[in-house]
Amino acid sequence: MSPVTILGLLINAVLVSTPPLLLAALGSCFSERSGVVNIGIEGMMTIGAFIGAMTAHYTGNGWVGFFAGGLAGMVFGILHALACITFNADQTIAGTAINFVGPGLAVFMSKALFNSSDSPSLTPAQKLPKMFSGTFAPGSFFYNVVETYPAAYLSIALVALIWFVFFRTRFGMRLRACGEHPRACETLGVNVRLVRYICVILSGFLAGLGGAFVTLSTVSQFRPSVIVGQGFIAIAAVIFGKFNPQGALIGCLIFGFCNGIKPLVGSSNVISPNLVSMIPYIVTLLALIFFVGNSRVPAASGKPFVKSD
Amino acid sequence: MKQKILQSNMLLTLISIVIGFIFGAILLLCIRINPGVAYAKLFTGVFSQFKYILYSAVYASPLIFTGLSVAFSFKTGVFNIGAEGQFVVGSLAACLIGIFVDVPAILHVPLCLLAAMAAGVLWSAVVGYLKVARGINEVLSYIMFNWIAFYLSNYVVNIPAVHKEGGGEATKDILASAKMTAPSFITQICSYANWGFLLAIACAFLVWFTIEKTTLGFQLRAVGHSRTAAEYAGISSNRIFLTSMSISGALAGLGGAVQILGMSGRLSQFAGQEGYGFQGITVALIASSNPVGCIFSGLFYGAMKYGGSKLSIVGVPNEVVNIIMGTIIFFIAISQVFRLLLNRKKKGGVA
Repeated sequence: MSPVTILGLLINAVLVSTPPLLLAALGSCFSERSGVVNIGIEGMMTIGAFIGAMTAHYTGNGWVGFFAGGLAGMVFGILHALACITFNADQTIAGTAINFVGPGLAVFMSKALFNSSDSPSLTPAQKLPKMFSGTFAPGSFFYNVVETYPAAYLSIALVALIWFVFFRTRFGMRLRACGEHPRACETLGVNVRLVRYICVILSGFLAGLGGAFVTLSTVSQFRPSVIVGQGFIAIAAVIFGKFNPQGALIGCLIFGFCNGIKPLVGSSNVISPNLVSMIPYIVTLLALIFFVGNSRVPAASGKPFVKSD
Repeated sequence: MKQKILQSNMLLTLISIVIGFIFGAILLLCIRINPGVAYAKLFTGVFSQFKYILYSAVYASPLIFTGLSVAFSFKTGVFNIGAEGQFVVGSLAACLIGIFVDVPAILHVPLCLLAAMAAGVLWSAVVGYLKVARGINEVLSYIMFNWIAFYLSNYVVNIPAVHKEGGGEATKDILASAKMTAPSFITQICSYANWGFLLAIACAFLVWFTIEKTTLGFQLRAVGHSRTAAEYAGISSNRIFLTSMSISGALAGLGGAVQILGMSGRLSQFAGQEGYGFQGITVALIASSNPVGCIFSGLFYGAMKYGGSKLSIVGVPNEVVNIIMGTIIFFIAISQVFRLLLNRKKKGGVA
């Protein structure tokens, strides 16, 4: 294989394994930045993965499934918002609850509908479409880099959009302020609860999309183990990226890259795939220790906001 | 006063448990399963024979340990989401010592337990060090360490010297001297019965004593309430964080050892995270982080897991157990609202 081809394969692998993490991580950014810890990302991704696969199975349309997965995550986002914002619940506990209910419900529904914890395999037509199919010679650099899921490129474009929202719009300024000093925000007439509601619901939607991307792209069906851990890794990427969308992108790319090369390295049989799998976690820790330094959590993160009378 | 709060906490937990079961019943009705049948199976699956009760206790033992681990760290305000990883390295250490060190039983079991504790301490103390010395968010490093433990364990299981030939994807069996099996008159009833449960109860009381009756416990709680106030009183919060995270890790590691020495006798390759650590979070939450309460909530979870494993016999998806547990935690999380409502009602009554 020429170096160019290998590079193409690598980019392809990264483009497929990064978007689920990235979408979920962007969701986590919204929630955390507005001051609500959302550890339930994992559960939201799992329910998104199932509803995405199920919807695509019944409608035959990958995009519809993708969107439905997002909506399913959003339902859990609403639950999380309700618990944390309206009922002042402990945010970590509410998130832990979602991590039990989300995956449980996904497998429960799969067994009820399909008599199996796995959903039926999706045909390529039922999955997310690829761009420019048939334009490039299979195996060529451009085949690997361009002829892939537009949803992957969309998720990366979303980073720029969310960066813009966070740092260049009035809403973004308010949501960041809600995470730092909600009391001051309220004094200035910002509806802290409303802003947080919007952010937490958005985080559910994005996490659901991330989950749906998994079942509608690389994996052929929903399985109980399809998400396992990716939600937590997305949260890790966000802390790594200091709660900024662009930082989270770098974190997700590290994990995506290592996940992507796993099959390539694993097939060579030189290094144990288990050791290769460890690399992203060790790299993240080392990067934190030596390069990134303190990742400061938004000041009001995790604290319920009780409106003053 | 304190008694009152304790009681009301317990009441709220009981209400949450009832709501959890009601929600599970509604879901079962949605897929046209009679919840009566399902719950009857769950109930008889745990209580209809003495044997089943013993099995539930066996299932509960590792959960009590991870529950204690999480509850202990909660006291200092640290969320030990890494109990999963500490549990895994604990079971790995216990398993290796159990296979390769050949000493009499009276030394072997304590040696395995110590090794598991040491591994758990290491796995948690490094995270504590990173938090204290480098300011790295402990939730992040705990998650990283969970996965490193996961892959490390899978790696070790597959090393030829450790791997059992033709034994599937698992290690060799631990030596008989390392087993914590209960006396034969009990194992005749339940073949997995082991000392782990009694050890768990002993640890629960030890943890309770440490938190409530010792200077260290006071310092832990002080830091948990307010780090700055504790510093002002001359307590080094960094030292306290390290101590509490280490002890928390040791408890989770012990849980892993109990699982190996008491029940499985070997370590299998994981397909996904086993979830003992995450279930420990639930155990701690249901117990409101009370160490003695962890015994009961651990038993509850153990019984649900054991009874739940029989649900498929009557055609019920056993995921309903996780859904019920999740719903219970969700309502415990928002239970402050119930308390407000109850208080308001009481006040209204007086007026």
